[in-house]
Amino acid sequence: MIPEIGHYALILALCVAVVQGTVPIYGAAVRNSALMSIAKPAARGQFLLVLLAFCCLGYAFAAKDFSVLYVAATSNSQLPLHYRIAAIWGAHEGSLLLWVFILTIWMVAVSFFSTHLPEAMRARILGVMGLVSMGFLLFMLTVSNPFERLIPAAFDGRDLNPLLQDPGMVIHPPMLYMGYVGFSVAFAFAIAALLGGNLDAAWARWSRPWTTVAWCFLTVGVAMGSGWAYYELGWGGWWFWDPVENASFMPWLAGTALIHSLAVTDKRGSFKAWSVLLAILAFSLSLLGTFLVRSGVLTSVHAFATDPKRGLFILVFLAVVIGGSLMLYAWRAPRVGLGGGFSIISREGMLLGNNVLLVAALGSVLLGTLYPLFLDALDLGKISVGPPYFDTVFVPLMTPAIFLMGIGPLAQWKQASLPELAMRLRWAFGVSVVTALVLPIVMGQWTPLISLGLLLAIWILTTIAVDLRERLALAGGGSFFGRLTAMPRAYWGMVLAHCGLALFIVGVTMVKGFEAEQDVRMNVGQTATLGGYTFRFDGTQPYKGPNYIAARATIHVSQDGREVTVMYPEKRRYTVQNQTMTEAAISPGFLRDLYVSLGEPLEDGAWSVRLYHKPFIDWIWGGCLVMATGGVLAISDRRYRLAWRRKEVEVPAGTQMARQIVS
Amino acid sequence: MKPRHKRFVFIGLGLLALAVASMLILNAFQSNLVFFFTPTQVANGEVPKGRGFRIGGMVEDGSLKREGDGLTVHFVMTDMAKRVPVTFKGILPDLFKEGKGAVAQGQLGADGIFLASEVLAKHDENYMPPEAADALAKAKAAGAQTSSTLVVNPR
Repeated sequence: MIPEIGHYALILALCVAVVQGTVPIYGAAVRNSALMSIAKPAARGQFLLVLLAFCCLGYAFAAKDFSVLYVAATSNSQLPLHYRIAAIWGAHEGSLLLWVFILTIWMVAVSFFSTHLPEAMRARILGVMGLVSMGFLLFMLTVSNPFERLIPAAFDGRDLNPLLQDPGMVIHPPMLYMGYVGFSVAFAFAIAALLGGNLDAAWARWSRPWTTVAWCFLTVGVAMGSGWAYYELGWGGWWFWDPVENASFMPWLAGTALIHSLAVTDKRGSFKAWSVLLAILAFSLSLLGTFLVRSGVLTSVHAFATDPKRGLFILVFLAVVIGGSLMLYAWRAPRVGLGGGFSIISREGMLLGNNVLLVAALGSVLLGTLYPLFLDALDLGKISVGPPYFDTVFVPLMTPAIFLMGIGPLAQWKQASLPELAMRLRWAFGVSVVTALVLPIVMGQWTPLISLGLLLAIWILTTIAVDLRERLALAGGGSFFGRLTAMPRAYWGMVLAHCGLALFIVGVTMVKGFEAEQDVRMNVGQTATLGGYTFRFDGTQPYKGPNYIAARATIHVSQDGREVTVMYPEKRRYTVQNQTMTEAAISPGFLRDLYVSLGEPLEDGAWSVRLYHKPFIDWIWGGCLVMATGGVLAISDRRYRLAWRRKEVEVPAGTQMARQIVS
Repeated sequence: MKPRHKRFVFIGLGLLALAVASMLILNAFQSNLVFFFTPTQVANGEVPKGRGFRIGGMVEDGSLKREGDGLTVHFVMTDMAKRVPVTFKGILPDLFKEGKGAVAQGQLGADGIFLASEVLAKHDENYMPPEAADALAKAKAAGAQTSSTLVVNPR
């Protein structure tokens, strides 16, 4: 009964979505206020219906209702409750439900935080989101229904893929989807602006916080996915340039470009058409990512059995959304205009350069991800494009981008002087180059890439320091602390996000440059040394988990004769699917991770063991978190809250001055 | 500068950036493509010399041998038509099993033994890497069931 209620709620939600996607947009076209006002209640109603459906599916999982095909396929009676709930998004059908659910959450958020928007604008935005939701609901109800019954009911479920039985599964997909789907708001803003034909700085100011929130979620989501792969897959890698990872990275690149381009549109009115195009691009890539990952086109832990009907629907849906919005863009963008002019050497110019480089990087990832699929589809042979390709392309593309990133915030809008910039930055440049050359030698190993990585990271930090010092000197008046706090939060957000990138680069450089790994056969009591640490293997004991059995090894780690830690890597066998899993043991640290995973059992209790010493690896994810925190700080800025009030509030003189300095 | 000149400079810089980026990308792309071959193609000598590629198929039953160091393994990849011996030093993935599909990446040695630098296995019991499945299907379609060392469970 409960699953039928969920199914019925989805059908009703589709009906609401059809109304929401057509009536308000038509109303906005003919300026009928009554028709436009349907958007808000429709969005909220749709949210409630999808919430009901989501709860029904959750109930089916919690109550172990194996008469529901999807529940039987992805859970098991022995699976702990939190993983049963997380199994809602453990495969294709449920992931789509999660997608739509999150879309309706964003819709409700828009309906609440849009009182300051003109009514026609709001009607169009919610209408576009309704259309997107319609497509997804239609897809679910026709070819991918999570509430489909299994008659007769299964005695027990097939269990969730053991790789997914991890706390990461509880948080990673919702985070990632919050990011993906969040770009639908920016997309809806862009389409609404194209439909309405008016695109001004106010438009950019409204879409900025939404885009930044989505970007923060996506940043955290991608970082968590990477961290999860690191500790779960047992290979010690944190990024594999796997198509699935690329699918989440491409919207991130587009979103990052979009944030910066929106900043220019907001402050200077330039880059209008470009911002709109990026908004369309970011969301299109999110759609592509969702479908690539979940359709089974790609082969990975994320992909599941495929159904040709689904593939066709997906292709048509993508064609309609991407093709339709690009056509609208081609038709209406000339009206939007290009905005104010600027010199090449100016903050706009640098941001444009950054945007172009980000999009070029995006294009290279897209090529590497899709080209093998195309060849395969056309039966022209099978190829794969490995990490070396992405590494070779990314470093030269990102180096100038990061160089510009240091200069950009110091350059004036519209027209800057190159010699003056060079004078202001000469110390930052000198310090960066010298440190980057000397530091690796001090650490005992010099390669060009280590120096380059450190150069970029230090360049970011030193230019921020120069910028901060100049702004503080200009701010004048008040105590040092007072001057610090007088700076707008948007500025601090940017500083923090850029610092996050610097930390990230340090992490990547150090891991790539100094990591050590060893595959070794270890007898009981035998020791191995790696990175100054001595690992002693003390044999394995059997261990029994809730739905698996395991061999758990004890490994004592010591440094200079002192014991540092004891590690317990496991080899697990999940009984339902009879699948073996490596559970690595990690001893995290600020400056290094120790990582041990078990290979295979050999004779006499010996095992093959994989040992890793990974310096600074946690900085990679720490950097991402700092970036996301920067984003959160930026949206808490006063100017957005001011924009959300209908009446223009008088701005205190201090902030006004600080803001002038910023812009 | 006049606006018209400025536009020229912009377009020129844009084109230059585009050209450099495309060159980089295509160059990297060219040198990092990894082609995929079936054991039959390897046996027929259709594979590139001195360049890495991927080979996919079934790990032949009973072919897995481990050397004394516990790390170097030898096994045979088959598509039910031809067999290719493979050597790999390192830890095999969890799902690597005899009689199941696998994909190996590496180079073909002069002695006809494939030196794998990486071995990939399928992700769960019911799933075969499409490349491995493809190799089996192709060999089957060619009607080349002639090998004397067959595994008798093509699923």
